[in-house]
Amino acid sequence: MRPTPDSAGALDLSGRSRRGLLSLFPSRTRGNLADQVYAVLVRSMGIVLPLLFGFIVLRIGVAAWPAIRSFGPAFVTSTDWNPVAREFGALPFIYGTVVSSFLALAIAVPLAVGLAIFLTELAPRWLAAPVAFATELLAAIPSVVYGLWGIFVLVPFLRSAVQEPLAATLGGAIPFFAGPAYGFSMMSGAVILSIMIVPFISAVTREVLTAVPRDQREAALALGATRWEMTWQVAIPYALPGILGGAILGLGRALGETVAITMVIGNRPDIARSILAPGYTMASVLANEFSEATGDLYLSALMEVALLLFGITILVNVIAQLLVWRVSLRGGR
Amino acid sequence: MMEESLLPMETKWNPGVPGIPAPTVGASHALPEGGKQVAAGAPFAVEARSFSFWYGANQALADISLTITTRQVTALIGPSGCGKSTFLRSINRMNDLIPNTRHEGELLLEGGSVYRPDQDVVLLRRRVGMVFQKSNPFPKSIFENVAYGPRVNRLVQGRRQLEGLVERSLRQAALWDEVKDRLEKSALGLSGGQQQRLCIARALAVSPHILLMDEPASALDPIATQKIEELIYELKDQYTIVIVTHNMQQAARVSDVTAFFYLGKLVEVGRTEEIFTNPKNDQTEAYITGRFG
Ligand SMILES: Nc1ncnc2c1ncn2[C@@H]1O[C@H](COP(=O)(O)OP(=O)(O)O)[C@@H](O)[C@H]1O
Ligand SMILES: [Mg+2]
Repeated sequence: MRPTPDSAGALDLSGRSRRGLLSLFPSRTRGNLADQVYAVLVRSMGIVLPLLFGFIVLRIGVAAWPAIRSFGPAFVTSTDWNPVAREFGALPFIYGTVVSSFLALAIAVPLAVGLAIFLTELAPRWLAAPVAFATELLAAIPSVVYGLWGIFVLVPFLRSAVQEPLAATLGGAIPFFAGPAYGFSMMSGAVILSIMIVPFISAVTREVLTAVPRDQREAALALGATRWEMTWQVAIPYALPGILGGAILGLGRALGETVAITMVIGNRPDIARSILAPGYTMASVLANEFSEATGDLYLSALMEVALLLFGITILVNVIAQLLVWRVSLRGGR
Repeated sequence: MMEESLLPMETKWNPGVPGIPAPTVGASHALPEGGKQVAAGAPFAVEARSFSFWYGANQALADISLTITTRQVTALIGPSGCGKSTFLRSINRMNDLIPNTRHEGELLLEGGSVYRPDQDVVLLRRRVGMVFQKSNPFPKSIFENVAYGPRVNRLVQGRRQLEGLVERSLRQAALWDEVKDRLEKSALGLSGGQQQRLCIARALAVSPHILLMDEPASALDPIATQKIEELIYELKDQYTIVIVTHNMQQAARVSDVTAFFYLGKLVEVGRTEEIFTNPKNDQTEAYITGRFG
């Protein structure tokens, strides 16, 4: 009788079960006790992590329930956030999160994809490796350091060099750029987010571009395509779903980013038409108000914001995973 | 020297009117010997003169001197790793993609030096079609696969002309009847043999002068292989074909000339029936009779 995978999960050290374990967790060394302990450990992690995930969702859901019940759908459509008056409308935060993240994406994607194309298709190796390393280092900078840099460098710079001229020139015609130039604004938040997500998008893009099979590139070149044409007409279309996945992964990070954007976005729960005006995000309101939330309903409302944020980021990440997956499947054809 | 004198002809090379599938070889060629001009249909499509090639420190080709005659099928045979692919990929400079390679000696394509410093690699590759061991259609429609070359080389004006060229190329590759009702379907839905014939059609669509095939049938079943061989037979009236194959019977069936490579060297070259019935070299004989190693 062959051991079933299930019988191998139990801590049964008989020889038969050990074979089962080994077939589940192939190891180069012969099965010994350490291997088996490790296998059991890994297995239990595999069970515990999804459980933990479910538990978190459940916990937040329960905590948010009073708010869900008292406000219903108005919670996500109302723009009034006034805890003192027990008015809780989350739309300004949803708006702030979505707009800052998509603006960040709009800035970051061309930069990151351009960088990745340069590094994989054009740059000589001696240049590509250090530049790639330096970009990836950007991802290692702590969020709060970005925030401080934002306050002291980026915001003053944006205010004087970008926002004021923009408000003075286009501001009258385009409400998007209407003054006054606050500095601490949706724009500053988006710019800092974009800098933070460039490393992720460019890393994924580089990976999928490298995964484009060599025979695809050679097919194009052999037909008389230039390097440039090969890159744009063959390599990038082939990698496109993956690049899209990278962008959505970046979006996921932007949606959840808290400290840095909280420090530069201005934290005003308004839906302003101008991106030069302050805004507020879901993550920021949680970070700012959680510790001082008085009253059960206030706390519950914040929990509902958390639940919404959680839902949005999970959705975005699932989409990203599916897209990246599709490319790697096709690459392995 | 005389290669330089060819430059104007090289750069002005015109892939021809798309309406004419048969490529017309340039007006005149300088023949290496004596450098005199000869009429169209110069006998040598490719000529290697003491050509050597290195991957880093590893020498893949040593002192190859070989002429490949126009409108004939030349088969390159030899054990794995003997440099057949390297030689083939030198002709259209596909090896440029691999870092740390170098070469010595001369390699001429229709009389012009392939590795000349001012050689326009893109123009060179337009004259040389290539079919790879593993069929590599783009993940696009059948039509778009064939249309890629004409589009990228701006060979046609307008959709009608493009459609005509695509149809003609597919017919030449003996694939038209099988795909004419599904041109907009993905090329990846075709069978392995069909995909390989699609790749041949794709290569033919830019009217190359020379078709390089690197073990084009090695991944195919016998019936698909037979179709490819019949196709090669059809195409040799119009194209110079160089085919790498591991299959002795295939070499014997499709080729006019056979060249036997061993350990990076050209051991023997001659008329195919000569090589297979009366090889001069012991190694050649050992290889073709399967008594090798
Ligand atoms: N990309 C490469 N990098 C380094 N060495 C290579 C590469 N391609 C081929 N070679 C080497 O060159 C030699 C000839 O290879 P190849 O031309 O592919 O032989 P064949 O096609 O006859 O099997 C082999 O020793 C092989 O290892
Ligand atoms: Mg080979």
